[in-house]
Amino acid sequence: MTTVARFEVEFTRFLNAEGEATQELPPFALDPANLIPLYRAMQLTRAFDTKAIALQRTGKIGTFASALGQEAIGIGVASAMRKEDVLVPSYRDHAAQFVRGVTMTESLLYWGGDERGSNFAVPREDFPSCVPIGNQVCHAAGVAYAFKLRKEARVAACFLGDGATSKGDFYEALNFAAVWRAPLLVVINNNQWAISVPREHQTITPTLAQKAIAAGVEGVQVDGNDVIAVHDAARRAIDKARAGGGPTLIEAISYRLGDHTTADDATRYRDPDVVQQQWANEPIRRLRNHLARIGAWDQEKEERLQKECADQVAAAVDAYLAIPPPTAAAMFDHLYAELPTAMKEQFDAAQWFASHDGGSSHG
Amino acid sequence: MAELNLVEAINRAQAWEMDHDPSVVVLGEDVGVNGGVFRATVGLQERFGPERVIDTPLAETAIIGTAIGMAAMGLKPVAEIQFSGFIYPAMDHIWNHAGRLRNRTRGRLSCPLVVRSPCGAGIHAPEHHSESPEALFAHLPGVRVVIPSSPSRAYGLLLAAIRNPDPVIFLEPTRLYRLFKQEVADDGEALPLDVCFTLRAGSDVTLVSWGAMLNETQAAAEALAQEGIMAEVIDVATLKPLDMTTILESVTRTGRCVIVHEAMRTGGFGAEIAANLAEHGLYSLLAPVQRVTAWDVVVPLSRLEYQYLPSVERIVAAVMKTLEGA
Ligand SMILES: Cc1ncc(C[n+]2csc(CCOP(=O)(O)OP(=O)(O)O)c2C)c(N)n1
Ligand SMILES: [Mg+2]
Repeated sequence: MTTVARFEVEFTRFLNAEGEATQELPPFALDPANLIPLYRAMQLTRAFDTKAIALQRTGKIGTFASALGQEAIGIGVASAMRKEDVLVPSYRDHAAQFVRGVTMTESLLYWGGDERGSNFAVPREDFPSCVPIGNQVCHAAGVAYAFKLRKEARVAACFLGDGATSKGDFYEALNFAAVWRAPLLVVINNNQWAISVPREHQTITPTLAQKAIAAGVEGVQVDGNDVIAVHDAARRAIDKARAGGGPTLIEAISYRLGDHTTADDATRYRDPDVVQQQWANEPIRRLRNHLARIGAWDQEKEERLQKECADQVAAAVDAYLAIPPPTAAAMFDHLYAELPTAMKEQFDAAQWFASHDGGSSHG
Repeated sequence: MAELNLVEAINRAQAWEMDHDPSVVVLGEDVGVNGGVFRATVGLQERFGPERVIDTPLAETAIIGTAIGMAAMGLKPVAEIQFSGFIYPAMDHIWNHAGRLRNRTRGRLSCPLVVRSPCGAGIHAPEHHSESPEALFAHLPGVRVVIPSSPSRAYGLLLAAIRNPDPVIFLEPTRLYRLFKQEVADDGEALPLDVCFTLRAGSDVTLVSWGAMLNETQAAAEALAQEGIMAEVIDVATLKPLDMTTILESVTRTGRCVIVHEAMRTGGFGAEIAANLAEHGLYSLLAPVQRVTAWDVVVPLSRLEYQYLPSVERIVAAVMKTLEGA
């Protein structure tokens, strides 16, 4: 008998939970000017999440999925992308979307139940959030193939959850991208939970990164609460993809500190004490400690930033609330490039009932 | 007797059958510890254990695919697909296997499977959580399609579905889950599958509907009654196989029929009923059959969902059309 295959999965972390460097930092992280925007983006996402949950509670938006505790993943990855790259996000990826240029107002519009929230002014080619689990990995592989075919130096990136790694779409897309050697980055936000199902019930493998091995793709694991580690791994993977080296899978280990969504009550299935302990690992405090330690951050800066974030979120909320509701005609808009003649009668009827106050009564 | 809402009735029916038939197993995402995202399976894992109430990994294809294997071996799986918008990865197994296993093996193997899945709009849910895909399933040979419209019918029909020797797609309108309560005996009594239920007698027009739309349909019947127009209301309940006998008997008396459904119009199940009326009831009809359905559009996000859902006014207007010139 001979061994015909063998694999290893590497784990990377630069900052421990206290924000102390555990190894020499990568070059970009040596300049605080590169880290402060990441810190700022994480704070902004957290301020947005807090506000969005409050808006849901008062009926101003619908169900909402917060990124609480997982901010470093989206921000670490999106900050390593170029403008011309394409993000194919899932429903918990607004942290990355904001870095890409999607506005908080657009995000609120989407979660508030209005399709216009997916018509981003910037970035025009990023995908809308994918709600059916795992599908986006296939789309991202296709996006990457298009870049490759047209010889464009662009990369596609997508996120999925730990739960989503159980879906065929994930394996199938990785395999396609590997066979095509397509410029794709797939990032698993391993927040340890898929609603009520813990990571260890999802799969018995010790890592999710190793799921890449079967497809012949490089799989690495990083501390997803260390934005430096996430950014560094993403940057390497993106550079590799852009240079024609094919896809990479990154497993970023984090923890879902909040409920799955506003429709969920996590106390039904997990111990609040364990959640409390996980707060010690969260990414924002970690980077703040590091920045303070190197003399790049202080209380005054912190207070100024908190205020800036709060103001920015408040302005986004005001702008969202000022948007007039869509009309019934919007259901027919953009259904096809041009509304087929055969649908004219339905369109007119919808308009008629909407304008005669006759669409409103529902038993 | 207990006062139950629809989701509680679904829960009791599963509990009853698990208690009385050890071959019944429940599987799906979040059905165990969490008791299902709508709480349809709450308490079942505590009571019957994690081997019979299985929190599966996240994969609809494998939930239904493995359930088919279990069913062929004599288990009676009740598989929950968390929302019917996520059932499509399992379509392969439902179409190619669940509905065909008996036929392919000339009866040697069978598939006593129930696929439960919430459906429909109206609860301000996110994208892909509001679809009404019943017509897709009604098109498939070898499967039954059931949609309950009240707690007591949900209880009796789900028991019947689990006891049925063939696969049943059991779609549960989320809008009805907690809308109202009803006395439910919880005595293990099943209702008949494959028959329509007449909910209201009337002589002027027959209103045919199912699921959550019976809400609007019954409100329309009430409004029409104020005008002296007596509408008969039929809950189709089992779409496939379709009990045209009950519908034809009613339309023969009333001469008019309005079909109401929440799904899009084109290729919707209303078309099947209308076609049957054209084939078998044309000479009883005093006016053309009308359909009141959602528009042929993508279910809009929540801000417009009530513009998408057929309204009471649209049903009343359709009835008035059948009465034009009468
Ligand atoms: C195909 C599909 N099945 C089920 C659901 C319902 N659902 C939404 S989120 C979720 C859990 C996802 O967990 P994970 O992939 O870990 O991502 P997380 O939400 O933790 O970020 C489920 C089951 C869905 N959206 N799509
Ligand atoms: Mg998760």
